Formats: sequence, structure tokens, C-alpha cells
Amino acid sequence: MEKERHVLVIFPHPDDEAFGVSGTIATHVQNGTPVTYACLTLGEMGRNMGNPPFTNRENLPKIRKEELKAAAAALGIQDLRMLGYRDKTVEFEDDEKLANAMLSIINEVNPSLIITFYPGYSVHPDHDATGAAVVRAVEKLPADARPTLHCVAFSNNCVEELGEADIVHNISAVADKKLAAIQAHRSQTEQMFGDVTEKLKNQDPQMMVWINNERFWTYKFEK
Amino acid sequence: MEPIKNHRQVQEAINAYANQDVYIHLETTNGAYASHHDQTFFSAGAYIRNALVRYEIGKITGNDPYRVGLKINLGWIYAEGLTHFEVDEQNRLLLAGHDNKGKLAVALEISATPFE
Repeated sequence: MEKERHVLVIFPHPDDEAFGVSGTIATHVQNGTPVTYACLTLGEMGRNMGNPPFTNRENLPKIRKEELKAAAAALGIQDLRMLGYRDKTVEFEDDEKLANAMLSIINEVNPSLIITFYPGYSVHPDHDATGAAVVRAVEKLPADARPTLHCVAFSNNCVEELGEADIVHNISAVADKKLAAIQAHRSQTEQMFGDVTEKLKNQDPQMMVWINNERFWTYKFEK
Repeated sequence: MEPIKNHRQVQEAINAYANQDVYIHLETTNGAYASHHDQTFFSAGAYIRNALVRYEIGKITGNDPYRVGLKINLGWIYAEGLTHFEVDEQNRLLLAGHDNKGKLAVALEISATPFE
């Protein structure tokens, strides 16, 4: 993994960082690179509340806020920002205002690398809208002043249309931190985590590949 | 949240909010990933937060899952698939429907003050 000056991670939901990116984040932190994580919403519309439910629609965001802080702490992220947007409404915000909000963070943090979702290939409307806003923000910068943009994609058609990911990080050296981050989001991950723990214990080959490899597509700007 | 076991407790809470200005949260959802996991699945949902209304009559019906309908000044609000309820510390009536995996599928909430 290349050493970066500063990494800026921009995702819409607490736990978006956990499965696909947390090993990469932990590695950058371990390399001494400052990492800023800007999380747009508190996942207010999450549907997982335990079975039987241990919380309700109104209290879920409070729980997820604490989980986000705990996950950031587990990964060693020192600069966590909660931007105050609302889950499932990001795509309905004013496009220009949203891009400018992203740009002001980019200008302040001056990252050499930004990690976000690949617009159009990230399934959830908030993911696509966040990625698109970041792309628009970076496009406002002169081409030679732009940070690298690594995008996460997981739509069913992403490999077919984008090709294979050009960046694959093996993060097995920090797998324990990744698992701690996943576990920190327990309201959302606990139900599936029982199964994951079992598979990890047995070193299930498919599971290990999934946990240990984080894939990114480098965004190629048209403008 | 606790399972709705009989109508009465919920009906009393609904009655307590009748004939006054109330704020409504109503949502239905299959989750943002439904069509990703099953491409034959048609995902649909609706969401309204802090609709200011007044209802003259509100009623819970059905037999687990339940339905709640509110007859408002110029129309109606209803939700179906409700399984759980709570009157929270702010005295708001929170109703929700959780599917057989516990995931929230529908919510109808009534409050005298705006939701955050």
C-alpha cells in the first residue's frame, strides 16, 4: 500500500467503512498517515434492530452514533466527522451544495487519497449520491491538483462494466482491527456476526478472501 | 418496543392524541438492498416525517400483525403490518412492524412535538 500524506474517507452511513475499507484504513493509520472519516448520516433508516427488537426508529441513530465512534476508535481514526445529513435523503439534496460541502472538507484536509463509493455502482442511493458528490467536488479542482480517488463498488454489474478492481489490498496483517470495527457496529452486524465468527474460526476460505481483500477502482476523471 | 398483545393499550394511546395537532412519522421499506439481493424483487417504500395533522378518530384493528388508521381533517393515514409498540419517555406513540428476521418494515409514530 502506498504511503499517503492524508487519507479522506467519505461514506454516507456508519458501517459503510467496516466491511470493504476498514483494513485499508487501519493500515494507513499504522503507517502514520492521518485519516479523516466524514460520515454523512447516522444511518437513521437502518432496519436491523435485533430480534426481538432492542431499540426503535427514534433511538437507533443514537446507538449508531456511538457505534461509529467506537469503530473509528478501533481503527485509530483521530478525525471523525458526522455531517448531519439524513439517511436515504442524500440523493435529494441540492447537488451543487452537497458537492461544495465535500469540496470544503477536501480543501481543508488536503488529502492525497480519497476513498468513497463508485457513483452508479454502489447499490444504495445514498452510496451513489455520495460518490457522485465527491466526484463533482474533485472535478472542481485543477486536474494536476486532484487527489487520487479510490472507489468501492459492489453492484451486480460492477465488474462487467468497470472491469476488475485495479487496487486490491491484502489487509490480513490488520484483520483483528477490521473485525473489531465490524463488531463495533453491533446493532447492524451482530445478527450476521455469529455466522461470520464461526466461519473465521474454521478459516473458511471464501470468508477469508472476503475479509482479507479490499478492492478499489481508481476513478478516471473525464473532465 | 414490545409486541402488541392486545388492542387496548395501543387504542388508549391513540385516543390520547385525538383532536389535537400531532406530528406523524410514517415509513414503509423493503430496505435499499432488496432488489440487489433478488433482482426479481420490486422494491417500494414511502416515507414522511413530521407531517402536522389532526385526527378525529384513530383505530387499531387486525390480529397480529395489526393495522392502524387515522381519520385526519382532509383525508386518511394508515399503516399495516404493525407488530410492536412503545410509548417512549417523551410520551410519543411508536408503532412498528418487524418482519420474521426482526427487520423493520413499517413504522407509524405519533408525537405532540416534532420528531428530531
